[in-house]
This record gives sequence, structure tokens and C-alpha cells, in this order.
Amino acid sequence: MALVWLILIPFVGGLLCWQGERWGEQSPRWIALGTMLLVLLITLGLWWYGDYRLPPGAEAEAVPWAIEWRAAWIPRFGIEVHLALDGLSLVLVALTGLLGVLAVLCSWHEIGRRVGFFHLNLLWILAGVVGVFLAIDLFLFFFFWEMMLVPMYFLIALWGHSGSTGRTRIGAATKFFIYTQASGLLMLVAILGLVFAHHHATGEYTFSYAALRETPLSDELSTWLMLGFFFAFAVKLPVVPFHGWLPDAHAQAPTAGSVDLAGILLKTAAYGMLRFALPLFPEASQAFAPVAMGLGLVGIFYGALLACGQQDIKRLVAYTSISHMGFVLIGIYAGSELALQGVVVLMVAHAFSTSALFIISGQIHERLHTRDMREMGGLWGRMGSLPGFMLCFVVASLGMPGTVNFVGEFMILFGSFPLVPWVAAIASAGLVLAAIYSLLLMQRVHYGPPQGEGRFADLDRREYAMMLGLLALVLLLGLFPQPLLETSGATMHEVQRLFSDASAFMSSTEPMGDS
Amino acid sequence: MTLTMTHLMALLPLIVVCATAITVMLGIAWRRHHGGTAAVTVIGIVLTLAMLLPIWTMAPVEVPLLVVDGLALFAGAMILISSLTCAALAYVYLDNYPGPREEFYLLLLCAAAGGMVLAASRHLATLFVGLELLSMPLYGMLAYAFSERRSLEAGIKYFILSAAATAFLLFGMALLYAQVGRLDLPAVAAVLGERPTAWGLAGIGLLLVGLGFKLSIVPFHLWTPDVYEGAPGPAATFLASASKVAVFVVLLRLVLSTPAFQDDWLRGVLAVLALAGMLVGNLLALVQSNLKRLLGYSSIAHFGYLLVALVVGDGLATETSGVYLLTYLVTTLGAFGVVTLLSSSYSGEDTAALHHYRGLFWRRPYLTAVLTVSLLSLAGIPFTAGFIGKFYIIALGVEAERWWLVGGIIVGSAIGLYYYLRVMVTLYLVEPGMRRRDAPRDWGGRAGGVVVLGLALLVVMLGVYPAPMIEWVRLVEHITVR
Repeated sequence: MALVWLILIPFVGGLLCWQGERWGEQSPRWIALGTMLLVLLITLGLWWYGDYRLPPGAEAEAVPWAIEWRAAWIPRFGIEVHLALDGLSLVLVALTGLLGVLAVLCSWHEIGRRVGFFHLNLLWILAGVVGVFLAIDLFLFFFFWEMMLVPMYFLIALWGHSGSTGRTRIGAATKFFIYTQASGLLMLVAILGLVFAHHHATGEYTFSYAALRETPLSDELSTWLMLGFFFAFAVKLPVVPFHGWLPDAHAQAPTAGSVDLAGILLKTAAYGMLRFALPLFPEASQAFAPVAMGLGLVGIFYGALLACGQQDIKRLVAYTSISHMGFVLIGIYAGSELALQGVVVLMVAHAFSTSALFIISGQIHERLHTRDMREMGGLWGRMGSLPGFMLCFVVASLGMPGTVNFVGEFMILFGSFPLVPWVAAIASAGLVLAAIYSLLLMQRVHYGPPQGEGRFADLDRREYAMMLGLLALVLLLGLFPQPLLETSGATMHEVQRLFSDASAFMSSTEPMGDS
Repeated sequence: MTLTMTHLMALLPLIVVCATAITVMLGIAWRRHHGGTAAVTVIGIVLTLAMLLPIWTMAPVEVPLLVVDGLALFAGAMILISSLTCAALAYVYLDNYPGPREEFYLLLLCAAAGGMVLAASRHLATLFVGLELLSMPLYGMLAYAFSERRSLEAGIKYFILSAAATAFLLFGMALLYAQVGRLDLPAVAAVLGERPTAWGLAGIGLLLVGLGFKLSIVPFHLWTPDVYEGAPGPAATFLASASKVAVFVVLLRLVLSTPAFQDDWLRGVLAVLALAGMLVGNLLALVQSNLKRLLGYSSIAHFGYLLVALVVGDGLATETSGVYLLTYLVTTLGAFGVVTLLSSSYSGEDTAALHHYRGLFWRRPYLTAVLTVSLLSLAGIPFTAGFIGKFYIIALGVEAERWWLVGGIIVGSAIGLYYYLRVMVTLYLVEPGMRRRDAPRDWGGRAGGVVVLGLALLVVMLGVYPAPMIEWVRLVEHITVR
């Protein structure tokens, strides 16, 4: 039942925020903050009291869920409200809770109009994301997958920053929505294809993850279905040819929206690949892996190169996301346990560092009223401790040892090297580009000739607390990532087992190296 | 064949609607009273709706020329619910109308009766009579605000094109009669099933043209946006909901009962029409700046989706049609309901230009919420009824492996999103000096307000918990005469 509460609390909290506007402008903020803290606390409680480590001797069993909750929903098609939690979803739900708190905090002063409705949208996004991480009925998963789009659309369209050409925030929001919705429908088609294949084989309709994993599929069909899933996740991740929505959406969204987008919405895609695309179609995914890793490589370099050329600070951070997600994609499709664990760590790390950078961009914007880096420069020493924090997070983002980003990237490269040495070698060249764009960012914003006189306001206590908390987490997990690894270990082990079984199955036709 | 008590019972809903129409007519002749007329109408319709329940248990009953089975009762219930909504909306809409107001309800009841006859017909004669009884009053309703140029234009346009379509329909019937020698559908189906000759197929094709016109299926859709735009709110609501449901149900009955429709050639034609509908409707809707026109084009697209059910024609097809019709009906009623409520009762044209809707949320939050839910449902977003409908259509396409149609649905939905989102975001934008056109202040307490709010709740409820609806539609399928 705790799982249902995790989804319902932000949902109800959002409605309260909307109505809470009657009692003054501050009340929606406090309600939203309380709601997200409650979600975070429940998740941490589950983490503390649950056991998510690798159960011994569970090799042949189905995925052991730590907590499960199910109820009939649409019996006609065997659709259930089926929620389940394991290590992977726990980590991501906790991340959602944390970033939810940050998103509320960072919009404390930024959002001045229609505060209640803003927080309604914000909390509903988070409810949808938590739902995505918990749903293991495919229909329910799709339901939440699509549901989180509408409030995100409103968040960008109504509270976003217009670009130079007037109406672009609405354009950006529409683009985001159409990209993800259309690709989502393809996933729905793939889900239905899988369900009907299962119906054909067994004579019963079901959308249950466990049952559908056992569906016997022909090679051709499973390739097509896998592509349907992959396409939806690739748009959301984003993988390079499908990334068109991301820079605009990130740049035009309000800070809270960017934090949510980069921090958790992108993670839903990686989660979807780990949870659904790989385990449902291991053979097809194994066959597709070279293409996916190639796309990942393209993403790493494309994102990094374009990041170097950006003038808008938020666009720059957005493009670095594309680059980082390239690593995630390689890690997922390399499929060794080390690389998969690295994916989880990098997802968490990316959520921390990127949302911190977006929050800092928001803070600079509040002070300078611009995001254009040509109008910045020489800010070091004029903004109190903000440049110092920015340096820390930029360094984290480029993967400096000691930060959690380093652990993630290192594990991915290390884990994929024995399987695909060339991919790992080329990908590590991307780290050089990461250093270049990171230093460019620091140089243009904080060094160089100052563009004006005078000092800007120092960070207030709220901003200071956000930064310090994130920094502590980046360093803490960077130095001691073991709790994270232990929690997600069992799930990743299961994914790796399925994937390598498929690889063993295929190695009869083509050698794929040792695993 | 003599009429027994059972037959009379089965026909009772129809009789009650007709009786209500006559009562309203006599009432008008005796003394004009707007509130009284509306009340009688509503009571009559509610009574009929209540009557459907006991008849449900005795269905199917075959009466000469008509059959009261699951499909007929299902369509009847939907037509009555739309009529009820229209009556409530009309009461608000016509409140300040300077001309005669009471006749609108008379026309509404006649059209409802026509729709019920049409949905229950199993004979080409009743099909024709029902269709005309549905259409004739509609001409009057569309041109009801005849001093308004656009309303008159809408009425006349629909009348002339409708007459042409009727001519096609009659010609098709004549060809079928020449082929078969009988007019009842089972006989037509049986004869055509053995060897569908060229004349028989031509007859069916012409029938399809006639009915396709009413459904605004693509090559016959040209009247739709103009008529939707010009028609007074309640009339447009009826046209978009009850009229389409009734015609689609009779088409569904034709397809299900006539094996000639399983013919590959005819299916191919239907598939092309479906694809054309999805694409043309959605693409043309992109450039509209009038909400009623936009809804008109969106309805063209939706009937494109719905045609997929007829193309497939077996398996889940009946269930899909039922679910889709139901979700579409509820959604459309909600959307048109809001437009009608916003159109001040008598001050020229309806409020439908998009710029009238700018920032509506900050003036009328609940009404906007209703419109938002309706638009989301039309776009097929989860948590709304429209998603369940779209889910069914895609499932049907995937099951039958009609990949072109599935692709068309996806492309159509993606295009569709663009204009639904455009309208939606307009509702929430604020700009200084915007033109204001509001619903009456106390709209929530009035009949229309309660109805649209209920419809929005229903849209969300059907989207979140569709199991009862699905069960009901399956029951309908179960007691439908093939």
C-alpha cells in the first residue's frame, strides 16, 4: 500500500496546492514542499527497512520484488494496477523525491504568478514519474508515461522563458509533447503487438510484465516490437537523431521544469530500457546492441561538440545531457554487470550535477536577467559563493575523480571494455570534449573581462542549502558509492543474466566475445 | 404478423418520445412557456431513458421493420443522453432569444425519435424514414437563428447537400431492390452474400455514400466545418453527437449483417476512406482559428479512426465501435457544451473564435477545466475517456494487422495534438486588453453548467475506471441480432 501512497500523495498534494492559493501566495509552496518531503521520507524509510541486496540462490527465479501491490483494473484485457518496487525503482523514486524537493525550492522566488496552478502541474509530473518507476503492468506503465507529459507541457508553455523570437516557449512545449506522444504511441502499438502475440500463444489477455516476458516470439516480430519500445525510449533519453525537442524544452522551461526534465524525465527512458526493452526482448536487443552503442557514441560527440558552440547557458547544459546520455546508452547495451551498475550510478550522478547546474543557471538568471553568456564574464568574486559552487558542479559534470559522475562513467567504460573495446576507447575520447565544454562554460561565465560594475546578491540561505546538499551528495556517493550499488545490484544482476543468456544463445551463430 | 404486448413494450421508448413531441406541440399551441416546454421535454426524455432498463432484459425483440436489440438500445440511450444535454444547453442558450423559443424542443424530440428509428431499423424503408426524420428537424434546428446569416447558411447548406446524399441513398436502395427484390436487411444480406454482383455492390456503394455524407467521411465532408461553425450551439451539439451516433450505428449494422462487406474490394475502399479521413481531418484542423470549425475537422478525423472498426469488421470490431462511440459522444458533448454555454444567449454569432478563449482559465476556471478535459480526451491522453477509445482502435488495428491504418492513427494523433494543444494553451494565456466574452456569472448553478461538469467528470471516470463501460458494451454485443 506504501507504493500507492507514493503516487497518491503528490497527486493529492497538487490539488491542495491549487486550492491552497486562496490562503495566500506562500501556502502552495509550503504544501508542495511538505508533500515532496513526505514522499522522500517514505522512500528513505522503505530503503532503510527493506532489504534490496542480492538474494542468494535466486538465479532462476523471476525478478524478486521487494514490495508488490496489485488490484484488478480492466479485467477484459487482464489489465491490473500492479505496482512493484525493487532496488532500481527504489533508487529512482528516491531521486524523484529529492529532485521534487529541489524543484519546489528553486522556484520559490522565480515563480510569482499563478503559484497554485504551477505547483499543481509540478506535483502531477512527479506523481506521473513515480508511477512510471513503480508500474510493472505494461498498460499502467504506458498510462503514467503519457500522463506526465500534460503537466510538463503546461509548465513549459505557461511559466517558461520566451526566447528572443516571442512565442518560442509554446513552440518548445508543443515540440516536446508531440515528439514524446507520437513515439509513445509507437510503444503502445508494440505493447499491443506483444499482448496479442501472447494472446495468440496462450489464449489469454494480459499486460503483466512477468507473463509477457515468457511470450514466445519469432525473431522478426521481436525485432519490430523491440524497435517500438526502443524508439519511444530513444526519443525521451534522447538518442541523437531523435533529440530535437530537448534543447528547446530545457532552455525555455522554468528552472523547476529543467530540473525535472534533466533530472528525472530523461531517467524514465533509461529505466524503461533497463526494465522493459532489454528483459522483454533480450535476443533482439543483443542483436541491436551494436547499432545502439553506435548511436550512443554519436550522441556523446554530437552533444559535446554542440555544447561547445552554445551561447545560452541552459542550452549548453542541455547539450551536455545528450552527451552524458550517450554513455548511459552504451552502458545499457554493453550489458555487463559492471556497466549496468555504472549506468545506475551515472543516472544518479547526472541528475545531481545537471540539476545543480540548471538551478545555478536559474540563480544567475534571477540576478542578471539573462542567460546569454556573451553578456556575462568576470562574475567570479561578484556573486558571493555562487561561482565556487558552479565550479564544483562543472567539475563533477566533467567526471573528475572524487565525484559520483566519475564513478559512473568509469564503471561504464570499464565494464564495456572487455566486450566492446573499440566503443569504450572512442567513448573515453568524449571525456576530453567534456573537459573542454566544462572549462568553456566556467571561462565565459565567471572569468574574462567583467561586463559591468557592482556586486550581485549572495546566495540566500535557501539557495545555499540546496547547493550544499547537492554537493555533499555528489562527494559522498563519489567517495562511497557502495550503498547505491548494493541497492540496485540485484536488479542489474537479473538484467545482465537475461542479456548474457541471449548472448550465449546467439554466440552459436556469431561470436560476441567473452562475458 | 400481429403486434403483441411484447412488441408494444419494446416500442414504448419510441412511442413515449413521440408522445412527448406531440405534448410539446400542443403545449405551444395552447400557451407559450419556455421553462415549461423545456421541463416537459426533459421529463419525457428521462422517462424514456428509465424505460430502457426493463426493455434491456427482454431484448432482442424483432418487430416488423424494426429490431429492438442491444445495438438499438445502446444507440437509443446515447441519442437520448445527447438530446437531454442539448435540451439543457438550449434552455440556457435560448433564454434571451427574441424569437419563438419553444419550437426548438419540438424539433429536438422529433430528431431524437428519428435517430432511434434509424438505429433500430432492419428494413431499408425504416432506414430511410428514420434518416429523414432525423435530418428534417435538424435543418430547422441548424437554421433556428435564421436572422443570423451564418445560421441560415448552415441550415440551407446542410439541407441541399443532405438532399443530394438522400438521392444517392435512394438510388442505392433501388439498385439493391432491383437485385434482390426485397427491402428487409436480412434478405438483402442473404442474397448479396451468395454472389455480390456488380449492381449489388454498386447499390451498397451508393448506400455508403449516402450514410458517409451524414458521418462526414472524407470525400463527403465538405459541409462539416461550415455547418458546425454557423449552427447555433445546441443544434451543432446535436448534429455532432446524436446524429452521428445514430448513422454510425446503422452503418455498423449494415456492415455486420451483410457479408458483402467482407469483400476485399469494399474493405479496401473503406480502408482508404479511413486513412483519408484521419489525414485530411487532422491536417485541415491545423489552420483553423475558430473552435467550432476545428471541432468539425476533428470530428472528421475521429470518424476516420472509427472507420477502422468497419474495415476490420470482426473480432473486437463491435466492442471497439461501441466503446469509441461512447467515449467520443461524452467528450464531444462536453466540448460543445462549453462552447454553447460561453456563447451568450442572443448577441449575434456564437463565441467560437479562438481569441475569445484567451485566458479563459483565469476568468472561468471550472468551465475551462471542462473544456481542457474534453480536448485532452479528443487528443486521446490517458486519464480521459478518449484514451480508452484510442486504445481500443489501435488494439483492433494491431490485432487485425492493418499496419497502414495503425500508422495512420499514429500520424493523425501526432498532428492532432498540435491543434488541441494550441487551443488548450490559449485557454491559459493572459494578455492585457483581451476581449471578454463570458458565460453568465451563475453558469454553474444552471442546468447547462451542471450538465457539462457532469460530462467532464464522466470523461475522467471512464478514463480511469473503464471496466463497467467495457462490460456494458460487451453485453450490448451479446444481445445484438446479427
